[in-house]
Amino acid sequence: MTELQEDYPQEGEVRIPSGCAISGIFSRNGKRFGGQDAIRSIAVMHDRSNGLGGGYAGYGIYPEYKDYYAFHVFYYDNDAKNTCEKFFDEHFDVINLSKIPIRKHPRITDEPLIWRYFVTPLPTKLAASQLDEEEYVVRCVIKVNTDIKGAYVFSSGKNMGVFKAVGFPEDVGEFYRLDEYEGYAWTVHGRYPTNTPGWWGGAHPFALLDYTVVHNGEISSYDANRRFIEMFGYRCTLQTDTEVITYMIDYLHRKQCLTLDEVAHVIAAPFWSTIAMMPEERQKEYIYLRNTFASMLITGPFSIILGFNGGLMALNDRLKLRSLVAAEKGDMVYLASEESAIRIVEPDPDRIWYPRGGEPVIVTLSETGKKVVAAESK
Amino acid sequence: MAINYLYPDYEVIRNQQRCINCRVCERQCANEVHRYDEELKMMVSDESKCVNCHRCVALCPTRALKIVKTDNTFKENANWTGEAITDVYRQAGTGGVLLASMGTPKNYPVYWDRMLINASQVTNPSIDPLREPMETTTFLGQKSAKIRRNPDGSINTKTTPQLKLSVPVMFSAMSYGSISYNAHKSLALAAQKLGIFYNTGEGGLHEDFYQYGPNTIVQVASGRFGVHPGYLKAGAAIEIKMGQGAKPGIGGHLPGAKIVGDVSKTRMIPQGTDAISPAPHHDIYSIEDLRQLVFMLKEATNYEKPVIVKIAAVHNVSAIASGVARSGADIIAIDGFRGGTGAAPARTRDNVGIPIELALACVDRRLREEGIRNNVSIVIGGSIRNSADIVKAIALGADAVYVATSALIALGCHLCRTCHLGKCNWGIATQRPDLVKRLNPEVGSERLVNLINAWNHEIKEMMGGMGINSIEALRGNRLMLRGIGLTEKELQILGILHAGE
Amino acid sequence: MKRVYVNEQWCLGCHLCEYFCAFANSGQSDMARALKDAVICPRIKVEEHDGISFAVNCRHCTEPLCVKSCIAGALSVKDGLIVIDQDKCVGCFSCIMSCPFGALMPSDTGVMQKCELCTSNSAGKPACVQGCPNRAIVFEER
Ligand code: SF4
Ligand code: SF4
Ligand code: SF4
Ligand code: SF4
Repeated sequence: MTELQEDYPQEGEVRIPSGCAISGIFSRNGKRFGGQDAIRSIAVMHDRSNGLGGGYAGYGIYPEYKDYYAFHVFYYDNDAKNTCEKFFDEHFDVINLSKIPIRKHPRITDEPLIWRYFVTPLPTKLAASQLDEEEYVVRCVIKVNTDIKGAYVFSSGKNMGVFKAVGFPEDVGEFYRLDEYEGYAWTVHGRYPTNTPGWWGGAHPFALLDYTVVHNGEISSYDANRRFIEMFGYRCTLQTDTEVITYMIDYLHRKQCLTLDEVAHVIAAPFWSTIAMMPEERQKEYIYLRNTFASMLITGPFSIILGFNGGLMALNDRLKLRSLVAAEKGDMVYLASEESAIRIVEPDPDRIWYPRGGEPVIVTLSETGKKVVAAESK
Repeated sequence: MAINYLYPDYEVIRNQQRCINCRVCERQCANEVHRYDEELKMMVSDESKCVNCHRCVALCPTRALKIVKTDNTFKENANWTGEAITDVYRQAGTGGVLLASMGTPKNYPVYWDRMLINASQVTNPSIDPLREPMETTTFLGQKSAKIRRNPDGSINTKTTPQLKLSVPVMFSAMSYGSISYNAHKSLALAAQKLGIFYNTGEGGLHEDFYQYGPNTIVQVASGRFGVHPGYLKAGAAIEIKMGQGAKPGIGGHLPGAKIVGDVSKTRMIPQGTDAISPAPHHDIYSIEDLRQLVFMLKEATNYEKPVIVKIAAVHNVSAIASGVARSGADIIAIDGFRGGTGAAPARTRDNVGIPIELALACVDRRLREEGIRNNVSIVIGGSIRNSADIVKAIALGADAVYVATSALIALGCHLCRTCHLGKCNWGIATQRPDLVKRLNPEVGSERLVNLINAWNHEIKEMMGGMGINSIEALRGNRLMLRGIGLTEKELQILGILHAGE
Repeated sequence: MKRVYVNEQWCLGCHLCEYFCAFANSGQSDMARALKDAVICPRIKVEEHDGISFAVNCRHCTEPLCVKSCIAGALSVKDGLIVIDQDKCVGCFSCIMSCPFGALMPSDTGVMQKCELCTSNSAGKPACVQGCPNRAIVFEER
C-alpha cells in the first residue's frame, strides 16, 4: 500500500461514507468533444463536493492506441515506479510510456508521479496463464495494486482513461488538461467524504478495464455485497461503495454475460410485489435473477453512472433515494445529480426526465456512432 | 423408602387467604402435587413432586399460587455447588446416566447479547417499514453458478429445488412422539398460515398431516423411523439429521412409554418398545457416504426436493460444513449447543459442542473463502430467542433460522426441562391423552403465527433503521454488527468490529 | 345471535368456567373475597363422565321449552336471549323439568337462576368463555 496510508487511517483501512455529485455526457453519434463540458457541469454542483476528491473518465480519447490497454498509474516514489515497470515488462509488451501531462494548480498539491503506459499482454505469458486476455489484465492490475508498495494502477481500459486527484473536481479537470483530450463520453465525480483521506487513489471514478463507476450515495448493503463478490477473486481493498459496485458489474456483465438491463435488475431488483404483477415469463426471469444473485442486491441510496466502451448506464436505487436527472438534445445525452448541471452545458434540451428508481437509462453508440469511433481509431 | 438425600428444589407457596379451594391446581397438575384435604378443608401440596412447570400458577383463578426456589442450602462451597452435590446423590442412588431436557441452563456466554446492531444517521436514510416496502422473503437452496441461456437468448430459469419462506424462520425438528399430536398440528397449521416450514423430526409423519406437506420438512435420522417413499415425497424438503446441538455425537432415545398408539404406527415400530436411534447413521461413516445418501434421497424424490443436512456445532464445524456443502446438499442446518432436546444425557448437553454464533461465523467465512457459499444455504438454530437474535444471525451470514424452544414457549412450555418424564402439563411433550388435550391446536397455531408475525415486524423495523429494505442485503452484512465486551479473538472469529470502532 | 358453544373435544374438566361464572354473578370485584369459603352456585355446569367432559349453560333455544312451561311468566325471550325475572319466579321447578339441558337451577334464594350470557352482570361478555384456558367454550355467531 502507499506510504501515506501508514500515517493515518486511509481508504481501505476504514470505511469512509461520502456524499457526492456525478455527471455524464455522451454523444450517440460518436462525435468527440473535449472534457471542458464535464468540468463546467460538475463546477455547478461545487457544494456537493468538499475538495477531497474529484475525477473523470473519458471514452474514445486514445484512438491512436485503441487496441492497447492504457494504464494510468500513481507512484509515490521511484522505487515503486521501478518495481512496477519491471513487473509490466515481465507481463506486457509496453508500446508507449510517458508522464501524464499536467498543469500546475494552486489548489492541487502533493501530487504523486503520474504515468501512462499503453500495453498488450505478452502472448507467451498470456497463453501460460490459461486466462482470457481481460482476466489476465485484471489479475495483473490487482497484483500491482495489492503487492507493490507505493504503486497504484487507477485506469486500465482500452481507448479510455480515468483522471483523478484530491481536490475539487473542476480543479482536477484543469490540472489534467482535459480540454486537450477528446472523447465521445465523459463522466465526472465530485466527492464529499465525511472523513479526510488524502489519498489520490481513493478519488473516483473507480475503474476496472473499461468499466468506470461514479457514484453518489451510501449503500447499506455494502458488507453483504463485499463479502459475496470477494468469493470470486475480487479484493475490496479500498472499502468504498464504488469499488464494490464496479466489481459486481464486472462480475455480472463481463463474467456472467448478463445484459446491462439484467445487471440493473440484479443490483436494483424490483420488489417482490412488483415482480408478482409481471407476466409469467418475465416473472420467472426476475425471480431467477433476484434469487440467484440475492447477495448482489444493493440497498440504501445510490445513483451511479457506469461508463464502458461504447456507452453509459445511469441507475438509481429502487426507492430513488438519490437524485438523478437525464436529458437529451439531438444525439447528445446528459446525466447528472442535478438539473442545473445539465442546463449549464445544454440550456435547451429536447427532453429532460427523472429516471424511476431501479430503472436503468442505458445509452450506447448508434450505428453511425460505432462507425465514427471505429474510423477515428484507424 | 430409603433415604435419598434429596431435598425438593422448589416450594409451592399458596396464599391461603386467596385460595378458594376450586381445586383447579389439583386437576391440572399431572405430577399430583396438590390435594384437597377434606378434614382441614384446605389445599395442601407435596412439593417434592413439583417440577416448576407453572401450569397451576397460570390457571389458578385467584393467583393464590407461586413456586419459589427453595432456600434450603448446603454449606457454601464455590466448587461443590448444591447442584454438583445433588447430582452425585442422584447417581449414587440410581446408578444411571443423568437425563435432562431442553437446552443447557449453564451460564455460557450468549454472543447474541454481546453484539449490537447499527442504524443509519444523516449520511444514509433509515427507511420506515410502515410507509415503504420492506422485504423478508427468503429462498433456500443452491444458487446457479453460471447463467445459461436458451437458444432465443432468454435466461434459462431452471434451478435446483428451492424453499420459499415469507420470513427467514422455520420450526425445527421435533418428532411426533417426543411432542404430541396437537403440538405437531399447531406447528403444521402455523407453518401453513405463515408461508414457512415445520419439521417432522425423526418420528415419521402422521397420516393426518400429509395435507400440510407443502409446508413440511421430513427428517431422515439414524433410526430411520417412519421413513418410506410416501413419506419422503410428502414433504417440501428432506432433512438428513447427522447431529443435534443438544447432544452432538449421540443418538436419540424415546422411551417406550411414549411409543403408544399412533406414535408407534407412525414410527413403524411396535408399541411400548424404546425407540433408540443410533449415534451415527450406520450407512454414513464418511463424507462420501453422506453424498450417497443425499443423492439416494434425491433420486427417490425425482430431484424435486431440496436436501438439508443438519449437523451439530462442534469444534471443527467449518471443515464439516465445507464437506457437506460439497456433498450435493442444498441446505446446511447447524444446531448450536444451547439447542433444546426432548431428552439427553445431562453431561453431554451441558458440555459438548460450541455456541452457534461462533459456529455460524466460522462456517460462513470458510464457505466464502472456498467460494462455495452459494452452493448451499445456511440455516442455524440452537436457542434463537427473539427477532434481534435473528437479525444478528442473518448479519453474521445465515440465510434463515430454525426455532424450536421459542415455538414451544409460544405453545405454553415453561421450560421446566422435564420433557423426558412424559408428563408435560402443557400437553406438549407428552402422549397422555388427557394431557395432550390441553393444547388446542387452534389456539396453539394462532399463538405461533402471532409470535412469528411480531418478530417479522421487529425485523423490518431494525432493517429499516439500518437503511436496508430487503433481507438479502442484510445477509452476511457484518458491518452492521459491533461487539460489546468481547476479546480480540472473539471479534476475529465473529468477523466483526468492536463497538466504537 | 352470538351464543356460547361447546367444543367438548377441548374441555379439560378444569371447572374454571364455573368459578368465573360464580364470580361474574357475585357482584363483587375480587374473586378471592367473593368465593372464599363459599359454596358456589354457577350458571354453567361441567358434566363429566368417563374421561369426557363439557360445560353446559343455557343454549338460548329458538323455541325455548322453559318459557312455555313457566307458570308465572317469569321467563321470556328478549332479543333472542332467554331472561328470567326473579321477582316473578315462584320456585315451582317447571322450567327445570322442561329444560332438556338442565340449564336452569335454583339460586341460593330459592327462586330460579339462569345464564343470561353475562348481559346483566358486570362482566359484560361471557366470563366463562374468557376464563376457559383451552377455548373449549366459545362465544360466537353460528
Ligand atoms: S387453583 Fe388456586 S384457588 Fe384453586 S385450589 Fe388451587 S390454589 Fe386454590
Ligand atoms: S408440577 Fe407444575 S402444575 Fe404441578 S405443582 Fe409444580 S408447577 Fe404446579
Ligand atoms: S373452563 Fe373450559 S376447559 Fe375448563 S371445564 Fe370449563 S369448558 Fe372445560
Ligand atoms: S355466560 Fe356468564 S352467566 Fe352464562 S354461564 Fe357463562 S359466565 Fe355464567
